[in-house]
Amino acid sequence: MLFTSYNFIAFLIVIFLLYYLVPKKFQWVLLLAGSYFFYACAGIHFLAYIFATTVTTWWAAKRMTAIQQEQAAYLKVHKAELDREQKKAYKAGMKKRTRHWMLACLLFNLGILAVIKYTDFMISNINSIFHTGFTFMNFALPMGISFYTFQSMGYLIDVYRAKYPCQDSLPKFALFVSFFPQLVQGPISRYDALSQTLYEEHSLDWNNIRFGLQRILWGFFKKLLVADRLVVAVKALVGSPEEYTGAYVVLAVFFYAIQLYADFTGGIDITIGIAEVFGIRVTENFIRPYFSKNINEYWTRWHITMGTWFKDYIFYPISVCGWMLKLSKWSREKLGKEAGKRVPVYLANIVVWFTTGLWHGASWNFIVWGMLNCVVTLVSYELEPLYARFHEKVPAASGRWYDGFQAIRTFWIMGFIRILDCYRDVPLTFHQVGTVFTTGNWGSMFTGISALGLGAADYGVILFGAVMMFLVSLKGRSGSVRKQLAEKSVPVQVIVWFLLFFSILILGAYGVGYDSNQFIYNQF
Amino acid sequence: MKKKRILAIVLIAVLLIGGLGLAQAILMPKYINDIIEGRLIEEYYDNAGGNDVIFVGDCEVYENISPIKMWEEYGITSYIRGSSQQLIWQSYYLLEEMLQYEQPKVVVFNVLSMKYNEPQNEAYNRLTLDGMKWSSYKWDAVQASMMDDEDWITYLFPLLRYHSRWSELTAEDFTYLFKTKKSFHQGYLMRTDVRPVTSYPTATPLADYQFGENSYKYLDMIRELCEKNDIPLVLMKAPSIYPVWYDEWEEQMEDYAAEHNLMYINFLELIDEVGIDFNTDTYDNGLHLNLPGAEKMAHYFGKILQDTYDLPDHRSDPEVAAAWQEKVDFYHEMEADQYRELEEYGYLKSYGGRPVDESKE
Repeated sequence: MLFTSYNFIAFLIVIFLLYYLVPKKFQWVLLLAGSYFFYACAGIHFLAYIFATTVTTWWAAKRMTAIQQEQAAYLKVHKAELDREQKKAYKAGMKKRTRHWMLACLLFNLGILAVIKYTDFMISNINSIFHTGFTFMNFALPMGISFYTFQSMGYLIDVYRAKYPCQDSLPKFALFVSFFPQLVQGPISRYDALSQTLYEEHSLDWNNIRFGLQRILWGFFKKLLVADRLVVAVKALVGSPEEYTGAYVVLAVFFYAIQLYADFTGGIDITIGIAEVFGIRVTENFIRPYFSKNINEYWTRWHITMGTWFKDYIFYPISVCGWMLKLSKWSREKLGKEAGKRVPVYLANIVVWFTTGLWHGASWNFIVWGMLNCVVTLVSYELEPLYARFHEKVPAASGRWYDGFQAIRTFWIMGFIRILDCYRDVPLTFHQVGTVFTTGNWGSMFTGISALGLGAADYGVILFGAVMMFLVSLKGRSGSVRKQLAEKSVPVQVIVWFLLFFSILILGAYGVGYDSNQFIYNQF
Repeated sequence: MKKKRILAIVLIAVLLIGGLGLAQAILMPKYINDIIEGRLIEEYYDNAGGNDVIFVGDCEVYENISPIKMWEEYGITSYIRGSSQQLIWQSYYLLEEMLQYEQPKVVVFNVLSMKYNEPQNEAYNRLTLDGMKWSSYKWDAVQASMMDDEDWITYLFPLLRYHSRWSELTAEDFTYLFKTKKSFHQGYLMRTDVRPVTSYPTATPLADYQFGENSYKYLDMIRELCEKNDIPLVLMKAPSIYPVWYDEWEEQMEDYAAEHNLMYINFLELIDEVGIDFNTDTYDNGLHLNLPGAEKMAHYFGKILQDTYDLPDHRSDPEVAAAWQEKVDFYHEMEADQYRELEEYGYLKSYGGRPVDESKE
């Protein structure tokens, strides 16, 4: 069920009405039933996967919490009898027991993800390296598997770290894993944040509904006016690489940057808006990413929940694990202080970006995409002193214009790296990007743009949508745009509502004659 | 305060519904000068009732038989409920709907659509279904006709289907926003131009000549509907030489008619008897007849129908005759218009027709 399908809208209306009609204590049960129904629509057999992850994670977390409680109770009773060393040894023993549960559960669930998502990638590599002929398994990828697996594993690790106790109720935990608005493309929620409002009883609140609906409409606006129109031109540009070289590659980078932003942030707007209508708060996943002045800032504004997941559950554990500390010490001794301190930073970054790339997809383009992000991150890190000296010597290089320059620079760097998503072929991508410097077809681009499957009216709508997105982003710098709108007079609010609604209804790319485009991040 | 709030909500609701209605009215295709067949189904509601003969089927009925000629020669009142590539289940539901408006003495069904066992094309569905008034018959017709990529809600709110026409709007969309044009003659689409037959089609062998189960199901339903209403059913195959009408199809229709004791007339076998000359009586190389051809068909078929089913001559009924005189006048007015255009331009620039000034609703 696509978010932009009539069926989904009908499903949403039914769930919404029932949600505020059933006794409040059953609201979360209704959401669970709705979420499983939503998931079953993608293929009833896929329920087995999400259910397996839910049950194993819930059970492992329960066992870990039981061990932690057993430990607390034991230490409370035997506080006086045990000396420090005995306590330490006891704690280590208990920690080992919890770790076994965590590792077993991680192995099982990441194993499912690995087998389903990466088997064919492995086979393809083995076949090309060893010239073997293993047949592909062609496993069907369950909807949102990367998202719900990572969300569940985050919960598991948090319980292991005793950040919070486990959720005792299996159905309630199942709702956390399967909550339908975020199941398709995230955000990757944290249990402690989402559970605060997920299981609460909610009364009909006009503000929640108004704000939620506005957010949903804004998501549809981005998706249907901009993303689903631009996708036609992007497909044309990428589909004929031999024809569209040089300036067209720059155009593809630009178009894809706008398309992906409109698609992904539009989807997240719909997700957050739906949750809000139910009175549930879902973590923001984007904060004006294209205003970022450097790659580090970009990754704190783009797909935020994924970035923090990798930081919390991969980067930090690797940075502080025993062997890394040993390696750090060794490298400082052998390579000197400056070079030595870089070894753990570089290693942790490489691992994080490699896995981030792999998480996005089972193909080399994603891995290279991840590694290029790593290179840019590390180069930025190395250039920091140089930039500091530059700013010292040229104090004029600051202020709004310089910020703008930095944002544009970051936009294009990220755009050129991201184009690997489109070509899906590493050598081809490098070749295409190379033609930007060797093919002087800038003039023909302005005439060729009309042959990309979009007419003047389409470009007009895209321009209108892109300008609106930019203006709303600008407005968002001074606080919630919806709150700002709520402070305006009723006629102004009604005009904005009407403009938004009729723009989507009339200018949206949907229905017969348009391909129903899945959200790009659904595939991950 | 509360009163003010309610007033504001009502005002917003009115603006919203009004805006949606206006947007839909603007964006819906008007079919005024292009694809005028899109108005065929809708025009019936202005002419419903009092017809002794109802023809149902695809373009082989609405372009091949002239009800006005049938009136002029025999005093038979008739109406053609046909549209482009009208599928058999659409014919069934349209007939079922018509029987709510009138009780004809004969129903004639053109059998070409037996060859389509499944929905074919969204654009043709629209030409037939958009014009139907909302009823259970339309709902059933929509359900039976939808392609995989269609949603029933777009038939309920056509704005969802036609929203993308915003970039194609012309002055016509605003001129005919609240009015339409009268272009048909009891469901007959007049063409006076001539384009003779230059070649005859070769029958490409088919893998399977058997009409589908779904087609037979609806043919049975049409027959049963007529039986239930005590109306004789006549099956016909119009004298169109394109597309090919296979002998195997002919056999199946003959068998069906014999089995159920129905009259079946294949006019392809009666070309000479009807007097059709494919050098002068077709406007598109034999796919459809032009006005002279359609009048020949009306002359020949009208006699059969009147003789067989003892249809009354209504010309002696002053009330009916007066109503039909208007139709006859309009018919000859358009005929004259078309011949004038042919003489002036060498081709049909428009189909003629009269604007209907009153609001459609």
